[in-house]
Amino acid sequence: MMKTETSAQTYDLGPVEQVPPGEGRRISVGHIPVAVFRTRSGEVYATQALCPHRAGPLADGIIGGGELHCPLHAYKFDLETGTPIGNECKALRTYPIEVSERGEMIITIEKRARGGHR
Amino acid sequence: MEKQKLVVIGNGMAGARLVEEVLNRGGGEQFDISVFGEEPHGNYNRILLSGVLSGTHDQDDIYINPLEWYERNNVKLYAGIRAIGIDRRGKTVYAAGGHLVPYDKLVIATGSVPFIPPIDGLHDNDGALRDGVYAFRTLDDCTNMIGRTDDVKDAVVIGGGLLGLEAARGLLTRGLNVHVVHLAAYLMETQLDSQSGDLLRETLEQMGVTFHLEKLTTEILGEDKLAGVRFKDGSEIECGMVVISAGIRPNVDVAKISGLNVRRGILVNDDLSCRNDSDIFAIGECAEHRDVTYGLVAPLWEQASILADRLTERNPGARYFGSRVSTKLKVMGVELAVAGVKEPRDEQDEVVTYVEPGRGIYKKLIVRDGHIAGAILLGDGMSAPRLLQAFDRDEALPEIRAEMLFPLSPESVGTDVESLPDTTQVCNCNGVTKGQIVEAVNGGHRSFKAVCDATRAGTGCGSCKPQIQAILEFAADGLVAEDPSANYYVPGIPMSKPELAEAVRSLELKSVSSVFKTLAHGREDAGSKVGLASLLKTVWGSEYEDERDARFINDRVHANIQRDGTFSVVPRMYGGITTPNELRRIADVAEKYQAGMVKITGGQRIDILGIPKEHLPDVWRELDMPSGHAYTKAFRTCKTCVGTDFCRFGLGDSTTLGIDIEKRFQGMEMPHKVKMAVSGCPRNCAEATVKDVGVVAVEGGKWEIYVGGAAGANVRKGDVLCVVDSPKDVIKYMGRFIQYYRENARYLERTYGFVERIGVERLREIIMDDSDGVADGLETDIQASVEAYFDPWKEGAKPVHANQFVSAPVEVRV
Repeated sequence: MMKTETSAQTYDLGPVEQVPPGEGRRISVGHIPVAVFRTRSGEVYATQALCPHRAGPLADGIIGGGELHCPLHAYKFDLETGTPIGNECKALRTYPIEVSERGEMIITIEKRARGGHR
Repeated sequence: MEKQKLVVIGNGMAGARLVEEVLNRGGGEQFDISVFGEEPHGNYNRILLSGVLSGTHDQDDIYINPLEWYERNNVKLYAGIRAIGIDRRGKTVYAAGGHLVPYDKLVIATGSVPFIPPIDGLHDNDGALRDGVYAFRTLDDCTNMIGRTDDVKDAVVIGGGLLGLEAARGLLTRGLNVHVVHLAAYLMETQLDSQSGDLLRETLEQMGVTFHLEKLTTEILGEDKLAGVRFKDGSEIECGMVVISAGIRPNVDVAKISGLNVRRGILVNDDLSCRNDSDIFAIGECAEHRDVTYGLVAPLWEQASILADRLTERNPGARYFGSRVSTKLKVMGVELAVAGVKEPRDEQDEVVTYVEPGRGIYKKLIVRDGHIAGAILLGDGMSAPRLLQAFDRDEALPEIRAEMLFPLSPESVGTDVESLPDTTQVCNCNGVTKGQIVEAVNGGHRSFKAVCDATRAGTGCGSCKPQIQAILEFAADGLVAEDPSANYYVPGIPMSKPELAEAVRSLELKSVSSVFKTLAHGREDAGSKVGLASLLKTVWGSEYEDERDARFINDRVHANIQRDGTFSVVPRMYGGITTPNELRRIADVAEKYQAGMVKITGGQRIDILGIPKEHLPDVWRELDMPSGHAYTKAFRTCKTCVGTDFCRFGLGDSTTLGIDIEKRFQGMEMPHKVKMAVSGCPRNCAEATVKDVGVVAVEGGKWEIYVGGAAGANVRKGDVLCVVDSPKDVIKYMGRFIQYYRENARYLERTYGFVERIGVERLREIIMDDSDGVADGLETDIQASVEAYFDPWKEGAKPVHANQFVSAPVEVRV
C-alpha cells in the first residue's frame, strides 16, 4: 500500500533586498527552483519558477495589481494564488513566504514523499 | 464598510447592461443591487425579437441573462413588477403590489414605449389594443403575434421604419401576405435618403412585400372581427391582423410623476445624473443628453459603462459626451450600414455616390474637411467595417474616396466570416479558431478587448484583428459592446494619450509608481507599466525617474529574451557596414561563450544567440561594440545599399547618409520599433519604401523620404513625405517626423498605422509647411534626445542592481 506523507519545512532565502522592488528573482531551494517576487508595497510572493505554457522564466516577468505576466508570451497569473487569468494553463504552484523581523525571506515548502519508495 | 443600495428601474438592454458593468468592476462588494423589470422575464436581446417572429431564433436563444443569473450574482430582481414612482425625499422606490425599496443611488433605464397613432377603432372597450392589433415591442407581443399568424392570410404593418420592416419580414416568412403602410414618401426616412429608400423598397418588393407609401391610416375596420384598415384618402386594405410600429417614445412616466426634469426624455448631465437630483441617474432610450435621445444599442452601452465607472469609483471622473451614431443592420436580410448625417449641410460638403440598381447596391459618402460626416451603405456588407471604423475614429479619408467605398482585396478583410467553418484558424500566432471566438462571444465577452483577452486571439502580431472584429459582430447579433478602454493609452488608467500626458505634466508625475498612486488610487496594473514608462520618458526626458520593474525584461538586461530564457546579442553596425576586426571579435566571443547560433539579421547585422543572462556583461565588453537595440521599442537599424562608392548605378551616397542617420538616432525610444533604410538609386536595393522611414536617392541630387512603410505582419508601401535637395535636409525633416510620431502615436502603434490615422497630407502640412507652428519645438526636442544618448551596454560594467545580470539561481542549501 502506498501512502502519502507531507511534511512542511521552512527555509531562509536571505535578505529581501536581493529582490529589487517590483521585480522577481529565481532562487533554488535545494532541487526546487522558485520565483520570488517583491512588490513595491513590500509584500513577497513565491511561485514555481517556469511558466506552464512554454517554460518561460517567470522571475523575469512583470508584476503589478496582484498579477504576474510571463516574459515570453505575456500569459497572466494571479500572483498570490497562481490561478491562470484568461488562459487555460495549469495553475502555478505557489509557496507561503514572508519577511522575518530581521528582513529575511522565509519560505515554506511542503515536501510530498511517497511512503515505501524513498 | 456597509454596502450602499443601488436600485435600477428597468431590466432591458440598458438597465441589465449597467448591472453587468457594475458587477464586472467588483460592484457586488460595494452595492446591494435591486432591479425592477416590468416584463416577467430575465433580460433578453430586444434586437432579436424579429428573429423570434420569423422563426430563426427560439425564445430561449435570445436571453442575455436568464433569471438564474440574477440569483447567482445576488441581484434582487422584481420581475413583472412595475415601479410606480420615487419618493425622492425618503429615497425610496414604490412599486406595484406595495413594494417599497430604499436606495442610495437610483438608475432609471425605462427605455421606450411604442408610439400609438390616433386611429379610430384601435382600442377595445377597456382601452387596450383590440383583438388582432399588436404593438411590436416586447417578447409577449411577439408570442401573441405568432399565435395569430396561423389564422389569418393578410397582415398590415403600420410604419415603414426599421422595426416595421423587421415585423414585415417575420410575418412574410410565416407565409402571410404583408402590406407595409408608411406615412413618408420613402422607407426608413430617419436613416436613408430618398434614393436609397426607393432602392430598398424595390429590393423588398421582389421578396413579396406590398408597400403603400404616403398613406395615413385613419380607421381599423370590422365589428367583432378585424377586417381591414382604411386610409385618409378613402382607400382600404383587407387584413386579419395589424401591427403598429410607428416609432417609439422615451418612457418617462416614472420620472415625470416623481418630479424629475423631463423634456422629450429625462434630462441628464454629462455625469448621467438627473438635472435636479444628483443621486438619480438615467441611461438608455429614456434619457435625453445634450438634446439627443438615442435608440441604438451602442450609445446605450457606452452610457452604462461610463455610469458603472462612476458608481463603482473605478473612474469617478468619467463623463459622457454623446455618441457618434453609426450602425450596421440587416433589413430583411439586406445589409445596411449608416453613420452620421444623410444629406450634405451645404455646398462645402462633398458627396460621393455609387449606385448599382440591378444588385440593390447604393453607397453614399458625405465628406466634410476630409473626414466622413455621413455615410449610407446599402447592399454591401464588405466595405462597412472599415468605413464605420473610419467614421467612429474620425480618421482622415484617403484622397481617392473610392478606397473607402469598395472592399480591399478580399483576403485582407472582407472574407465572409459567416460562411467560414468553426475550425478555421483565425489567429495564426496563437492558434485560435473561429469557433473559439464565437464561443467566447456567446459566453458574454462582447467587446473586442474582452474577446481578445478571453481567447488570446489578436494578441500576437495583431494582423487578424479585422477578422476578429468581423466574427465578433457576426456572433454578437448586433450586441457588440464598445470598450471605453479601447481609447485609453494603457488599460489601467482611464485616459487617452493627450489627457494622460497633460495630467502627467501638470501633476509632475515622473515615475510609473507615482502615476498609479495619483491617477489609479494606488492600484498598479502590470499590463500598463511598460506603456507608462515609454510615455513618461518621452514627456520628461532626462528628468524621468526610471523604475526598473516597469521595464520588460529585455529592457532590464538590454538583450532579447529567447524561448529557452537565454538572450540574443546584436551589436550595432552603422549602415550595415563592418570591418574584419569587428568580425574577428564577434567570432571570438561566439566561440568563447558557446553561442547557440550566429545569424545574419534582416537589418544587415549579426545576431549572437543563446547567451545566458550572466554572460551578457562579458560578451558586451569583449565585443567592444555599441548596443544595436534589437530588443526594444526604439530606433533599430538603417539598412543601406552600397551606394556611390562601388555601385555603377548609385546616384547618392547612401552608405554615408545611412551611417549618419544611425549615429544620430541610435538608441532613441519610440512608441514601437522603427526601422529605416537608405537606397542610393530608385532600384531601391535597401527596400526603403517598406520601412518606417526610408530614403531613396533620385537623379538630380535629390532625395525622397518615405514614411509609414511596412513589410512584416502588415505590408504597406510608404508615402512620400517630401523630396529634398541634400542629406542635411533629409536628416532635418526625418527628425521632425520621428519626433512628431514619438509625441503623438499611441503606444505600440507602428508608423504604418500612425501615418494612415493622421493622413500623409496632414503630416506634410505639419512637418514641411509648419502649419501648426510646432516644427522648431520638434527639432529642439529631438536634438535633446540625440544628446541624451547613452549606450545601455555600459551598464554591464556598472549594473544598477548587484544581481541585474544574474540568472543562475541562488542556491539555498537544504
